[in-house]
Amino acid sequence: MAPGRGPRGPVPKISNPGKLLSRLMKFIFSRYAIHYVVVLVCIFASVFCSVQGTLFMQTLIDDYIAPMIGVPNPDYGPLLGAMSRVAIFYALGVVAAFVQQKVLIYVSQGCIRDMRNELFIHMQDLPIRYFDTHAHGDIMSVYTNDIDTLRQMVSQSIPQMINSVITIVTVFINMCILSVPLTILSVVVVGISVVVSKHFAGYSSRYFLAQQKDVGKLNGFVEEMLSGQKVVKVFTHEDENIEEFEQLSENLCHSSNNAHFYSGCMGPINNNIGHIGYVLCAMIGGLLALAGFGGFTIGKLASFLTFNKSFNMPINQVVQQINSIIMALAGCERIFALLDEEPETDEGYVTLVNAKEVDGQLVECEEHTGRWAWKHPHKADGTVTYEELLGDVTFDGVDFGYVPEKIVLHDIKMFATPGQKIAFVGSTGAGKTTITNLINRFYDIQDGKIRYDGININKIKKADLRRSLGIVLQDTHLFTDTVENNIKYGKLDATHEEVVAAAKLANADTFIRQLPDGYNTVLTGDGANLSQGQRQLLAIARAAIADPPVLILDEATSSIDTRTERIVQDGMDKLMHGRTTFVIAHRLSTIRNSDCIMVLEQGRIIERGSHEELIEEKGKYYQLYTGMKAGDVDA
Amino acid sequence: MKMLKTLGAHIKEYKWPSILTPILMIGEVLMETIIPLLMASIVDEGINKGNTTHIFVTGAIMVVMALCSLGFGVGGAKFGSIAATGFAKNLRIAMFKNIQTFSFANIDKFSASSLITRMTTDVNNIQMSYMMLLRMCMRAPASLIFAMTMSFFISPKLAMVYLVAVIFLGTVLVFISTKAMKYFRASFEKYDKLNESVQENVSAIRVVKAFVREDHEKGRFKKASQAIYDTFVSAENIVIWNNPMMQFTVYSCILLISWFGAQFIVAGELETGDLMALLTYCMNILMNLMMLTMIFVMSSMSIACGERICEVLEEKATITNPENPVMEVADGSIRFENVMFRYSDTSEAPVLDNINLDIKSGETIGIIGGTGSSKSTLVNMISRLYDVNEGTVYVGGKDVKEYDLDTLRNEVSVVLQQNVLFSGSILDNLRWGDANASEEECIEACKMACADEFIQNFPDKYNTHIEQGGTNVSGGQKQRLCIARALLKKPKVLILDDSTSAVDTATDAKIRAAFKTAIPGTTKLIIAQRISSVQDADRIIVLNDGKVDAFGTHEELLENNAIYRDVYDAQTNGAGDFDEGGDN
Repeated sequence: MAPGRGPRGPVPKISNPGKLLSRLMKFIFSRYAIHYVVVLVCIFASVFCSVQGTLFMQTLIDDYIAPMIGVPNPDYGPLLGAMSRVAIFYALGVVAAFVQQKVLIYVSQGCIRDMRNELFIHMQDLPIRYFDTHAHGDIMSVYTNDIDTLRQMVSQSIPQMINSVITIVTVFINMCILSVPLTILSVVVVGISVVVSKHFAGYSSRYFLAQQKDVGKLNGFVEEMLSGQKVVKVFTHEDENIEEFEQLSENLCHSSNNAHFYSGCMGPINNNIGHIGYVLCAMIGGLLALAGFGGFTIGKLASFLTFNKSFNMPINQVVQQINSIIMALAGCERIFALLDEEPETDEGYVTLVNAKEVDGQLVECEEHTGRWAWKHPHKADGTVTYEELLGDVTFDGVDFGYVPEKIVLHDIKMFATPGQKIAFVGSTGAGKTTITNLINRFYDIQDGKIRYDGININKIKKADLRRSLGIVLQDTHLFTDTVENNIKYGKLDATHEEVVAAAKLANADTFIRQLPDGYNTVLTGDGANLSQGQRQLLAIARAAIADPPVLILDEATSSIDTRTERIVQDGMDKLMHGRTTFVIAHRLSTIRNSDCIMVLEQGRIIERGSHEELIEEKGKYYQLYTGMKAGDVDA
Repeated sequence: MKMLKTLGAHIKEYKWPSILTPILMIGEVLMETIIPLLMASIVDEGINKGNTTHIFVTGAIMVVMALCSLGFGVGGAKFGSIAATGFAKNLRIAMFKNIQTFSFANIDKFSASSLITRMTTDVNNIQMSYMMLLRMCMRAPASLIFAMTMSFFISPKLAMVYLVAVIFLGTVLVFISTKAMKYFRASFEKYDKLNESVQENVSAIRVVKAFVREDHEKGRFKKASQAIYDTFVSAENIVIWNNPMMQFTVYSCILLISWFGAQFIVAGELETGDLMALLTYCMNILMNLMMLTMIFVMSSMSIACGERICEVLEEKATITNPENPVMEVADGSIRFENVMFRYSDTSEAPVLDNINLDIKSGETIGIIGGTGSSKSTLVNMISRLYDVNEGTVYVGGKDVKEYDLDTLRNEVSVVLQQNVLFSGSILDNLRWGDANASEEECIEACKMACADEFIQNFPDKYNTHIEQGGTNVSGGQKQRLCIARALLKKPKVLILDDSTSAVDTATDAKIRAAFKTAIPGTTKLIIAQRISSVQDADRIIVLNDGKVDAFGTHEELLENNAIYRDVYDAQTNGAGDFDEGGDN
């Protein structure tokens, strides 16, 4: 699992931008269609208003000021009237812009919230396999980077794009009305600036990609070395590290410098080409006005020049927005890819219900009775039967591989009768954990059958199947929350007394009380403030409180020292009493009293039987067992 | 202020670009301010008076100015990015160098993940702010002042309108920004928390699924996501006042200037071209004001980043080399004299208390004790990974504090409990122990650590690539590689901190047997959970609650020590380990 928290690599080519865009639009418009219509109206209104303002500039000098020059008693009435009109347009423009922004807040934040929720909800339903095959860093970056670029696109790029396009069109029309030749000139100048800035944008984006790569490398190095800093110290490897880091920093500095230089150039270049265009228009326009060509006046020149400026800007904005939209679409592609992942399928229809016995018949009931039953509806005749949950698990010729081409478990046959304790023994990679992951259907088998109380587990609803199995996993994961809530994770509505009882059972109560806030101590960073052993105790308590009929303990006590384990063992024994238990352990004390021990090797069960039987058999188990003894003697 | 000084000290060779950038930006502004003035001149002197020569001369000057402005702009971009990226590079290197001097205590204080964020995200933010500062902090005020001055030059009376507008808008913008900033800070914190919880959920997905808590998690997430929505919406609702206020001011200015300008023109006090120029300055002045508030916001946002960087830069390593260090360790003898240690000065109970030990060179010592009995802490004192609070630790007859740190740590080789392999080939990893080790030496070390057999089974043998964190080898294999790596140092003292917990007992025994024959002169300290790993040691230390409960041979301890006997009984009654643990 490569921690890929750093920035992503080069932006991948988007396969079908049109389709992505339309899907995104569908997502937005299905929720915020009216909002976007309001935004659109507002954009139109504000562009219209600002054009009115620009037109006013023209009339200001020609129609109102010029006639008054030299008049002894000028009448300011018409000017005042025109100005009031413009003032109203301005006011409307301000209001429209404000409303547009206000609505966009709700649209963009709402879209982000909904998208995030959808992602998370969908992710929860993905099979374990998805998490196995995708780096957690990559999954995370969908939530952070990709969602962020999406927000920018919804709240900035799209409205600005619309705004720019409307402005360009309106300004263009107005420019044409004022003077066609000057308009052509302006278009040519803008064309030049677009071509030049695209050229620079190409350079800049090439270096930005290089920068991202360098950042990734540097982050990776820092992450690896700082996580292993204690080892670095022990091996006095500091100087080599510094040397390598300096090289990485130098590379990053180089690419980053170029990236920022080229992108920084675009502003001045566009501005000044704009300036030159402005000058050209002024000169040629001045000549035209002097010549009185086509009724062109100084006043018209003034407003044309203002239009010229507001023509230049939005076009360059569009060029820039296109870049960020492409980036956002690349993010969308990853978001949609996650949303398109097949969720865990569940065709199960057998459910788990509380049960009690009435007149020798098992019937369903609301309250917790300590007895469970499988509610089995039969489609054929429409009847429902109840079967008591006992914890009888059988494997019949089970084959399994994480990938179909590579089978890791071969023809597994085994049975656990209710209340039995079954242990798995074998070396790393023999497939012990895999077997337990099949019982709760984290993975689906390729061939064979697994039956639970005689029911094929494919028929059981996954949620109910898993609820009936208490699992203490090899890697203990705790959540950022109080100790109490972490234990309650096994039973959300547990009372404090139940939590304490479970903690006592797991022998965790003592150390919890010694924590700064006892049961209310907040654990952070996966319980980083606890020792591995303490975390395992909490995981046991968490499983205990769920009170499941079947237990799976995967190296549950591996990090607990032998003395403590003996104390925990009492609790564990109590916990295991009357429940079918599957145990994976490398400690003899944990497995010795098992009803049946399965010895696994390379995905096959090679021996099975009780401890005594297996010792008698003098096979692999005997070897492993006496191997330890041999080690004791010859060392 | 102190923070700026600390950070500023790392500008170093990028001082000149840092000075040049603002100067170039001022040049650019100067050009951009004069251009509207020339514009006015073209209209007034050229067009109105029918002076074609004037139009062309002034136009030509304007083109030259635009080109100059272009030059200044590009130059500003060039030096600005050199200065900012260089500064960031210096900061990163300085931080990394300082982190490399950190002792274990320093490392414990900052977590690895917080250091990573500081070196990446925080430095990045500072780089962006610095670049903006260089390019804008002079440009924006300069542009504002130039435009203002020009306005006053054209018409002092009309320019008063701008003065009032600047004061009004400035106050409003600063007010809005400071208010919004508070909200944004809060929302970003919440945002980070949400992402952390997603991360937690992703890595604990098996727990979530095993307990069928998907719906519970969905509910929690929705709530958190809604809370973020709420804070962001309220933050942005404040920010959106910026634009309308700006537009309001701009439009008011345009109307006022037009109204009074018209009267002045009629009265003959103003030319029409002047009015146009004034209206152009309007945008200049107010846009730059907006820019200034943005700089204000961004730099105050990055203050927090700067502070976090400074914390790392200013952190003093708690363990440093002595003045005249001893460069050679005489032998592998170890002596603890009244050693007391606690991890933080505030915690009352010492982790190690009154430890007195005397270990001869070449001895094999077992260390046993329950979880939290401070076994690791004890051995960490020997290679001075932590400094004792009281008492003295001697290695080779000298106080560890007298040694050169590298010398000491090369002679006292520790295989840490939480060990790490680095991305690279197996050979690369092994050569951490000795950069110049030949392949034969590496193989020899691996044979001793019982790693050779499995390495030979890999397709690429010793050139097999190890993934970051060693995720592509099993726990037991990783431990054996770590032991081999430590052996390559050819140390005088070798410490194994529970380093064979994932190795099966038979292999464990083989490794210990190899030690006995191959490195008899090396002092070996073995921390273990299994009695079988330590019972053949020359002597065994029994630790309990940070105190030495007993120190003696296996037989002695069996006879006299309750704890030891307890553990022994538990394990020999079929409580040993017997297969490879840690099924990945």
